[in-house]
Amino acid sequence: MDFTLSDEQLMFAETARTLFADSCTPDHWRKMMEAGVAREDARWASIVETGLTLVLLPESAGGLGLAESDFALIAQEAGYVALPEPLVESAGVAAPMLASLAPDHAVLADPLATVAIAHQVNPFVANADSAAAILLEKDGEAYLATPDQVTLVAQPVIDPFRRLFKVEWDAANATPLGKADWDLALDRAALFAAAQGLGLAQRAVDLGVDYAKERQQFGKPIGSYQAVKHHLASAQVAIEFARPVVMAAAAEIGHRDIQARARISHAKLVALEAADKAARASIQVHGAMGYSWEVDVHLFLKRALALTQSWGTPAFHRARIAQRLFTQPNGPDQTFARENDHA
Amino acid sequence: MDLTYTPEQQAFRAEVRAWLEAHVPEAPLEHYDATREGFEAHREWEKTLKTGDWGMVTWPKEYGGRGLDLIQWLIFEEEYYRAGAPGRVNQNGIFLLGPTLIEFGTHEQKQRFLPPMASGEEIWAQAWSEPQAGSDLAGVRSTCVLEGDDYVLNGHKIWSSRAVFADWAFGLFRTPGTERHKGMSLIFFPLNAPGVTVNAIKKINGHVGFAEIFLENVRVPAFNRLGDEGQGWHICMATAGFERGLMLRSPARYQVAAAKLAQLWRANKETADPILEADVVRAHMNADAYALSIYQTASRLMAGAKIGPEASTNKIFWSEMDIDLHQTALSILGSEAELIPPPGTHDWLDDYIFSLAGPIYAGSNEIQRNIIAERMLGLPR
Repeated sequence: MDFTLSDEQLMFAETARTLFADSCTPDHWRKMMEAGVAREDARWASIVETGLTLVLLPESAGGLGLAESDFALIAQEAGYVALPEPLVESAGVAAPMLASLAPDHAVLADPLATVAIAHQVNPFVANADSAAAILLEKDGEAYLATPDQVTLVAQPVIDPFRRLFKVEWDAANATPLGKADWDLALDRAALFAAAQGLGLAQRAVDLGVDYAKERQQFGKPIGSYQAVKHHLASAQVAIEFARPVVMAAAAEIGHRDIQARARISHAKLVALEAADKAARASIQVHGAMGYSWEVDVHLFLKRALALTQSWGTPAFHRARIAQRLFTQPNGPDQTFARENDHA
Repeated sequence: MDLTYTPEQQAFRAEVRAWLEAHVPEAPLEHYDATREGFEAHREWEKTLKTGDWGMVTWPKEYGGRGLDLIQWLIFEEEYYRAGAPGRVNQNGIFLLGPTLIEFGTHEQKQRFLPPMASGEEIWAQAWSEPQAGSDLAGVRSTCVLEGDDYVLNGHKIWSSRAVFADWAFGLFRTPGTERHKGMSLIFFPLNAPGVTVNAIKKINGHVGFAEIFLENVRVPAFNRLGDEGQGWHICMATAGFERGLMLRSPARYQVAAAKLAQLWRANKETADPILEADVVRAHMNADAYALSIYQTASRLMAGAKIGPEASTNKIFWSEMDIDLHQTALSILGSEAELIPPPGTHDWLDDYIFSLAGPIYAGSNEIQRNIIAERMLGLPR
């Protein structure tokens, strides 16, 4: 039993943090929003160059073959900057799935290419327009198509950096890849949504703290008032008790059992609840400024809203936890229990 | 990261489980705060625990412990709660003062005080608060004056848990003329010493769980001071860290309660409000999250880290989850919620009443939120 991160994991997280801190600043967001774009080629190139897209790809497909617990730390950093590019869904979910079906596919050989994924659990497909290929599902089988082989119907979205589409397609115009593990894709996506939630939440708190230290009212910084302190402290408590759940879920995802699925669902629920709580606390602390386009908190609120409802709604994930709770042994000796322990 | 138990840890769990199955009393003991008999029955249980060397597993062997690590302590606690073993009447001693003594005490002090603490021969009360100093602990006015080899203690302590029946108390005393955080010392005194008057204060449930203590020229040897004179605040903050952070509320307590809540829900699901299932699931999630968080902290401490302001986040989390969990139980019970259950059955109502104290004791949650805001987030005072 050792519930600590390795030096290598911390190093990857630090690499991602430094890269994003330099390349994904409020200035970048503003310019992109003004231009109405959701991808910055220079930043994406530097992400690719740093190897972050290779972390979860198997070595057979030219990747680093690392684990979900490594990628989760990167996803957390992506959340901290509300990263516009689809690093998490492409490199964390879709590309590893494609690699498991067709490790030699040309799309995987192009380091700059992203892959989108249409999953049954989601009515809309994110970033399908800019993807080199889209993974599609029919009767449990996977198909691959390029955006021009399908019909994309763009949906209006509140998050300025998300691009959502309804995808209409015909299996005759797509490449069949055989039976695919859609459950694993869902679990990974939910886990990494949770990890992003931690980052979103911490950034919202940090923005609120920075503002509360500066903003003066009644002759004092507003952060010296207990009512303001307590909003931010409560959000931080929510983050602190979501983090170990996300870390445990990342470490256990490979078990593929009812406990692992329940823990992923737990992680997704609480991390995105923390993100929502933190964003709302931060908006409140910012006062009327917090309700304006000028203050960046809205980006974190909107991303939290998006991730809360995609890759399984709260009701979907609560039901998975209920299934574990009501069909498996419970109690203090069951924290790290596995399904086959009881076989 | 490796979230599996080693074979040694599994063997340890089996050893604890077997011993507890053979020794835990079949009938529940009367509460230690209810009567002297209940208190003494719990003392006997502590002595039984000591026969198996389970008094305080993390302490060094020479001081009455087993020298085990924090993960083993968590496993012990899990089995302890799982077995439904009696509440620890000496929790102020073993979980609060004990770790502080191990960190700040001299070898002679450890030899004198720890073994009888681990065996239940000496049961401890805390004497922190005063009528004018609750959350603002730096405002204590009780005094200590060194005369030869003795301290002479004077003052008035209040909200002292266990003090009505306990043998010893530890409290903060001020060298006359000092102010606030400076000049305070942590001193132990026997509750039957001449000059000590203990008056019981009934808790919300009618038990005599609190006391006020009057000290009038009480003489104790200077040996009973932990750390240097004037170092009391520093030591007391370390104690508070143990209290809020790790030892006082091990996760197993809530995991047992959450598992019982799931049973209660299953038994009443046909008649109870269906919306409550989400709250039952939430109670399980919270207890599980708290356990994961404590395992994470234990791993970090074993790797050499020190406990920090996360102690304050823990205290808020466990106290609030405890209330939510028990409110859910009462909602499931519906019109039976207000009935006092027959002896020997699970008392959701009494546990709910107890949970209400959670956000108050061990430093109110308002104070904890200030600590998080100021020390973790860096907001101005």
